[in-house]
Parts: sequence; C-alpha cells; structure tokens
Amino acid sequence: MRIITLFSAASALSVALSAAFASPALAHSQWLLPSTTVLAGTGNGVTVDAGTSTVPFYADHFPMGIDDIKVWAPDGSEGKIQNPATGRYRSTFDVMIDQPGTWKIGVEQASVFGSFVLDGEMWRVGAMRRPPAGAGMGPGGPGGPGGPGGPGGRAGPGGPGGPQGEGRPGGEGGRARFDPAHVVASPAEIPAGATDVKLSERISRNFIFVTADAPTQSVFKPAGKGLEMEPITHPDALASDEEGQFRFLVDGKPAAGVKVTVVPGGKRFREADDAQQLTTGPDGVLRVKWPVAGMYWLNAEMTDHRASDPRVTERRMSYTTTLEVVAP
Amino acid sequence: MKSKVLPAVPLLVAGTIATPATAATVSVTLPRIDVAEYHKPYVAGWLEPADGGPARTVFVWYDLKKTGREAGTKWLVDLRSWWRKGGRSMKLPADGVSGATRAPGTYQIPLPANLPAGQYVLKVEAARESGGRELVSVPITVPGKGGSASGKAELGAVTVR
Repeated sequence: MRIITLFSAASALSVALSAAFASPALAHSQWLLPSTTVLAGTGNGVTVDAGTSTVPFYADHFPMGIDDIKVWAPDGSEGKIQNPATGRYRSTFDVMIDQPGTWKIGVEQASVFGSFVLDGEMWRVGAMRRPPAGAGMGPGGPGGPGGPGGPGGRAGPGGPGGPQGEGRPGGEGGRARFDPAHVVASPAEIPAGATDVKLSERISRNFIFVTADAPTQSVFKPAGKGLEMEPITHPDALASDEEGQFRFLVDGKPAAGVKVTVVPGGKRFREADDAQQLTTGPDGVLRVKWPVAGMYWLNAEMTDHRASDPRVTERRMSYTTTLEVVAP
Repeated sequence: MKSKVLPAVPLLVAGTIATPATAATVSVTLPRIDVAEYHKPYVAGWLEPADGGPARTVFVWYDLKKTGREAGTKWLVDLRSWWRKGGRSMKLPADGVSGATRAPGTYQIPLPANLPAGQYVLKVEAARESGGRELVSVPITVPGKGGSASGKAELGAVTVR
C-alpha cells in the first residue's frame, strides 16, 4: 500500500516534471553531429546524425528534419547527401568528401510568420510548422514508414512522433482553434483590411564543417544577411589548449554583444554540463576556452528590428554549429 | 630533460662547435608493447620554431603500401597534432620524409642540415591502431643544444644530439 502510494506520487511528479520540461519548445536544440571533421585525402566521407533534444548529441527526443540539408563544396559547387534516413530519435545521412578543402553542410532558413485579424477572424501568416520528415510522416510524404500504428505498435496516439503528427489544426494544444484555410504564405498576401498584424522574421542557420587535407576559407564567405560566423581559428583545427576565436556578423557587419552558448558533448559522463554563456566583443569576436577536448555545440542568438518588411516587429536570428576540439 | 648529457657528442652539448653544417640527429625508440593485437604505429616527427611560424616535418612513418579505397593515408589524421601542424598540407609520399611503419626498436633520423639557427621544439607523435596515441616534445637549440624526453606508453626515449 505504502509502496503504491510512493509510486503514484513519483509518477505524478515525473509527469509534472516532464510537462514542465516539455513546455518550452525552444529548449530543444537542433544538432548536427558529424562522425569526424578532419579527413586525409578525398576518398572518404562523413556520416552525420541530426537530432532535436534538450542536451546536444543525445538522441532522446525527436529527429531533426533533413529535407532542407544542403552541402557546399570548397569550389562553390553544391554537393549532395547520401543515404538519408529518419528514425524515431534522429536522422542520419552521409556526405562523400571528394574534394580537398573545407566543406559546409547544413541548413539555412528564413521565414516571416505571424497573425492578423480579418472580419473578426484570426488568420495566420507563414507556412504551418511541419514535423520533421519521418516523425509521424514518411520521408516521401504522408503514410510512409512510422505512420499510425507503426512497427512496435506503441499505444501513443499516431505512433512515433504522434503528438506533433501531421499538421493538426490549432497546432500547439490549448490555443484557440482556427480555420486551417485561414493561412497566407507570406506578408505580401495580407489583405488590405487586416488588423492586429503581428509579424516576426526568423533567420536560422545550422552548419557543420568538414575538411579534407588542408583547410580552406571559401565556405565562410558571408552572405551579408542575418547572423553569420567568420572563423579566426578554423573550426576544423581547434585544440583544447588553444583559444577558439570566431567573428560573428549581422548583415555582414561585426555583431557585438551576441549571446552564445557553448556546450560540450558527453554530459552524462560529468557532474556539470559545463555549458558556457558567452558574449561577442565590440569587434563581434567570440573567444572560447575549451574545458575539455571533444565535440561542442555552439549556438548564437540575436534579436533586432531590422526586418525585411516594415510590419515585422522583430527579427530573430540564430547561428548553430558543431565543433570538434582535439586534445593537443 | 635537458640535463641528460649525451656522451657521444659532448662538444655539441657544450655549444662550442662553430660549424652549423653539422646536422643533428634525433633518435626515437618505439617500445615493445605486449598486446594480443599489435600494429606498428604511425609516427611523425616535426620541428616547430619556438617563436612561432610554420612547422617542418622531419619524418612520417605510415602504411605506404596500402592503397585503394582504404589507403594507408586515411589514418594519418590519427596523428592529430602533426596533422594540424602541417601534415594536412603535405603531399605524400614525400622524398626523404615519409617511410614505412617500423617495428619496435631505436631509430636514428637526421634533422635537416639546412635548418636556420634558432630555438625549436622537436615533436614526435605516435598513434597505433587498436592502441593509444602519444606526443613527446623536446626543446632544442640549433646549432648546439640537444635534449631528451620520454613517452609513457606509445613512445620511448626521444633524444636529439
């Protein structure tokens, strides 16, 4: 009896805790984890894991969508991913590194989203947020592997990835439902009579870098829009006894005061998470000391008001990368 | 480690020789390692000028004969310090620099005769398949002052004289 009471109390607590942890969706970070960042010669490749979880590199929550992953070769040509697959907890793909120099692999996204009111009804701007391919949806579209009642027959609604399954109207539960037809793709389509226009712009980048033979700089040429990183110390030549230095740019100019989180992998094998909250200097330069050798997840965030559309009230930008730091 | 006077060339140690053309020699000992699966290590040695500047590879021993999809060069990155300090920019095989892997024993390698005078750190790094990796540093002055240091696992004594 007593044991049962304890159990139910414990499970109630764990439910409360998981609810508390699950609620801020942004607490889950997206990460790309390459099998290596340094290769000898051009006959090899890397395999990359891509996940979304609270602790970087621990595939325990959802896979990261890889439909939009791109590959930039050192000579400016576009490379390609091979063997993409999305599992219950992480996606994976390979990239053959068949050219010497530094490659960039990852995703960059820019979108404007928000809402407005027309004739007393709520409308939404921007495409619906879709779950990553495979989390309840097969890579080729609805009804793929892992759909309802997928292998293993979990009781959860909609099988793996159920709660974020295919485009539920109303999205995040609890909020007022609205007509899924009340969506426009871009701010340009907002009708003249709209009121209460609330728009945000989001520009996010998540890149990893892989080098065959000597490192090169071509893939770091800034696009001049949003938040970007220009290395001073090359990302594929970092050592734990040397300070890492990276210049952050916003719209191509040094970005001072950018908040950057640097988290080493392998949290489970330490007491502390050893995460560092750092800020770029007046010259936009981030200086990082590495407490240990290993893989690091780095995430820079910045918000300003220099948006592409005058009705956009804020522009949120992020730059994420994974760095391999070797022991000297 | 600098105090180890090498009786063979006391004059060099004393720094009294005025002929810089006399090339120094590094001796590297690869210890015998008693394991069920032993592979001869990849080993590289290079000189780093003490005041910075590009490193110069003196020797690199790897699996030269293995070619094709899984060429012996693939694992050169396991010599991770050497790779960062210059290996990644080298074209291999390199005349007078690269060679096959070697069995346990002591090997003599001449340092380049045309080294500009100055202070250097000689670094030797060894990495072994299914084994460990170790880096040994020996500060030296050219011409004149040698030195010695020893690894704990993958490398024995490294001595410049």
